[in-house]
Amino acid sequence: MNIVVVGCGKIGRKILSSLSEEKHNLVAMDNDGKVVEEVVGIYDVMGVCGNATDYIKLGEAGVKNADLFIAVTNFDEINMLSCFAAKKMGAKHTVARIRDTENNNGESLNFIKTQIDLSLAINPEYMTATAIYNVLKTPSATSVEMFSRHRFEMLGLILREDSPLDGVSLIELRKKVKEKFLVCAVSRDDKFYIPQGNFRLKSGDRIGVIASGRDTQKILKALGVINKPIRNVIITGGGKTSYYLAKLLTESRISVKIIEQDRKRCEEFLEELPEVTVIHGNGIDQEILQEEGISGSDAFVALTGKDEENILISFYAISQNVHKVVSKVNGEELYSIAEKLGLDSIVSPKKIVADAMVQYARALENSEGSTVETLYRIMNGDAEALEFNILQDFEYVDVPLKDVKFRKDTLLAGIVRGTETIIPSGDDVIRSGDKVIVVAAGEKVYDLADIIEERV
Amino acid sequence: MNYKMILYTVGQVLIIEAMLLILPMAVCAVYLEWFSLLCFAVSAAIAASIGGALVLFMKKRDRRIYAKEGLIIVSLCWIAVSLIGALPFVLSGDIPSYTDALFETVSGFTTTGATILRDIESLGRGVLFWRSFTHWIGGMGVLVFVMAILSRSPDRSMNILRAEMPGPIVDKLVPRARDTAKILYIIYIGLTALLIIFLLLGGMPLYDSVIHAFGTAGTGGFSINNDSIAGYNHYIQWVIAVFMLLFGVNFNLYYLILIRKYKTAFKSGELRFYLALFVISAALVLYGIYPLYENFSDALRLAVFQTSSIMTTTGYTTADFTLWNAPIAKAVLILLMFIGSCAGSTAGGFKVSRVIILLKKLGNEFRRSLHPRTASIVKFEDKRVDEATLGGVGNYLAVYTVSFIVIVLLLSFERAFSFEANFTAAASCFNNIGPLYDNIAGGGTFANYSVFSKMVLSLSMLLGRLEIYPLLLTLNPGVWIKK
Repeated sequence: MNIVVVGCGKIGRKILSSLSEEKHNLVAMDNDGKVVEEVVGIYDVMGVCGNATDYIKLGEAGVKNADLFIAVTNFDEINMLSCFAAKKMGAKHTVARIRDTENNNGESLNFIKTQIDLSLAINPEYMTATAIYNVLKTPSATSVEMFSRHRFEMLGLILREDSPLDGVSLIELRKKVKEKFLVCAVSRDDKFYIPQGNFRLKSGDRIGVIASGRDTQKILKALGVINKPIRNVIITGGGKTSYYLAKLLTESRISVKIIEQDRKRCEEFLEELPEVTVIHGNGIDQEILQEEGISGSDAFVALTGKDEENILISFYAISQNVHKVVSKVNGEELYSIAEKLGLDSIVSPKKIVADAMVQYARALENSEGSTVETLYRIMNGDAEALEFNILQDFEYVDVPLKDVKFRKDTLLAGIVRGTETIIPSGDDVIRSGDKVIVVAAGEKVYDLADIIEERV
Repeated sequence: MNYKMILYTVGQVLIIEAMLLILPMAVCAVYLEWFSLLCFAVSAAIAASIGGALVLFMKKRDRRIYAKEGLIIVSLCWIAVSLIGALPFVLSGDIPSYTDALFETVSGFTTTGATILRDIESLGRGVLFWRSFTHWIGGMGVLVFVMAILSRSPDRSMNILRAEMPGPIVDKLVPRARDTAKILYIIYIGLTALLIIFLLLGGMPLYDSVIHAFGTAGTGGFSINNDSIAGYNHYIQWVIAVFMLLFGVNFNLYYLILIRKYKTAFKSGELRFYLALFVISAALVLYGIYPLYENFSDALRLAVFQTSSIMTTTGYTTADFTLWNAPIAKAVLILLMFIGSCAGSTAGGFKVSRVIILLKKLGNEFRRSLHPRTASIVKFEDKRVDEATLGGVGNYLAVYTVSFIVIVLLLSFERAFSFEANFTAAASCFNNIGPLYDNIAGGGTFANYSVFSKMVLSLSMLLGRLEIYPLLLTLNPGVWIKK
């Protein structure tokens, strides 16, 4: 596909790097020549330097033949205008980053989306806030990925030193637990495995568990993981992400305390969210954190603008025995360092957005029997978890799964049929209209048929 | 530094060279030269086994190539390809000395066309085919070729393209490096095929047509006749003169024409400067030699051919211009040696685009001495040239001049030749032109130079083709020694 990405900031670059792995023809555009040159040197893309709203420059970037146009500059207005221009010039799908809170309440966003014929509006801050919210709802998991609106959840767990699962094989585990679930991914010593039944878990593993959203609480209990619901949260940093997160949390009756340095911003917060306690002060000042009762709080979220601050203050929170600590880390190197040092739940806004873009691009790809509905990159990008819509033309409809041979590094992890969720066994079949969840490493999967090698 | 990835790429290139060696084998089979065929097979086997070993043992997850690695990959690949490419000449006994064979191969890949052979016509057809085929491969670039046919190019592959493609500014035609390489080769193959057809129409035998098309396309200059092109009819001389000029044009312009952006293509400042320079030079040469021939059509043909040949750094000849009693013609031709053709073409030299940028910069300096406070920028092809590129062009001029002086000094140890001969030999090899402008009538051969001088000249051909920096960096021990 021909894809044009406008704006080569943090998020733009991550999108470029993710999409360039997918064999697309990419054009990167930015109004800073230095940035363009840098990007062209790193990724296999063409660079155009110029104003993203200029007809001639957009023409130079090949917008007329673009299948997908993504505008992620720092300014909502430029993104909207350039998407508008791109659409008029012939781009098939347009995506704009729109993140101002004013633009993001349902009505005005809908108005703009229909008026400029926008295919998708992305709001990294809101997406990050939702991801954090999901993790806070299931605090014992390091990450929670949703499929088919909560029908299936994929929980990331870390097996601690004293985990009862240490040395247990997956077959034994399945006998022990009544509810249906599947361990679909294991990351051990930087290596990724799709485990078979005789795979033995070890403490220190990061595992991905997939189960019906209704059963997750019971399964966590059965696996010996304590899952104490969270009632109060301290957030440091009062950016847009904090605003969305606070909103989501207060709506589900969790008390929120935000620490923010800027008085004006504090007041704005109170205006919008009167239920939230807003503390005016430096969020990384330990004195203030103590005073506000960090050791008694159930969860701590580090959302300042600096990765380094977030990492350090998260460790401080852990040392104060806060059960659940979530930190926002954008830089890739810092992300993996923070993970190695022992931070469990790290969210990276640019990764979330890039995943969404890859998902969107892959869904546009012409595939015969299925379309991509959801895509997450899991285990540090070693594997992908995808949800497919099964269309009528799917080749293997109604074939029992034991009669098909799957590609070695893939796993069919779940089937959603109407309101029913199925953890598949050999006798199950795929029907058209189903949604199917797949975990795959190695070669990229564009169509469900890609993971099937042959009919036995 | 990513040593493994460097050696891995060298391995890939050697495997592809092994595959390319199959072509001369086919030619040998056609002309029933069985012994040469065996020699090519052995060379191919050696290339394949070394390449295969490197690819097998150097497989690595980290595929990142930075600018430094890009430069080193390019120079090591060119050296490796030349070292292996010389084997068929030695094995077949056509060029018994390995240093001579290496000189000939380097001259081939760098599209220089300088030869150490005294009697070209005595060689076998398969070997002569390989000799000219190296021109064709080297013209567009060995690594560009590799990138076009491999399914996956490494990350940051732009660093390789930049290091191999000549010129101050290297841009991609289309978003993906691999597709860019493919398009370049498609244009290249198309133009070569067109030339072969034109030559066949002129009554040239098929084998000769292919050989001379390779020599012209790569702007190399290897012929299969001792008197180069002089023995062919006037039509063929005109065709070759025009096509040499065409291969000296920036290939990006052909792409623009292919996608019907005629206006942008013909508005190119580099193209206009290149053509203007050519017309003026040819006119001056014509003015100089007209009294010698007193036949306008002959003089015009000779003037156009020689000018085109030298300006595009090809090195085919139809007349011995060193014997012309016309100082203006000689002077123009020798000056043209240093300018060369457009960036992004198959030709060598200092490149027209650099000359333009330098001239514009010079103009700015003049204006500044008139109006000390004047603000100035340099624009090239309707785009502003940034400070880094401007500085780069200036630095390149310095490095280019110093390299040339060193080469001339090293050659001057040669007692058998006059200073003029050594000077033109250095200019000829460094700018990838070819013949020795001392004995063109005798084939312009370098056979009489000593082994030391031949090595110096081989190195200077590589320096010229890769535009100095890659080789200079590779030869710098500081790059290899870990501190």
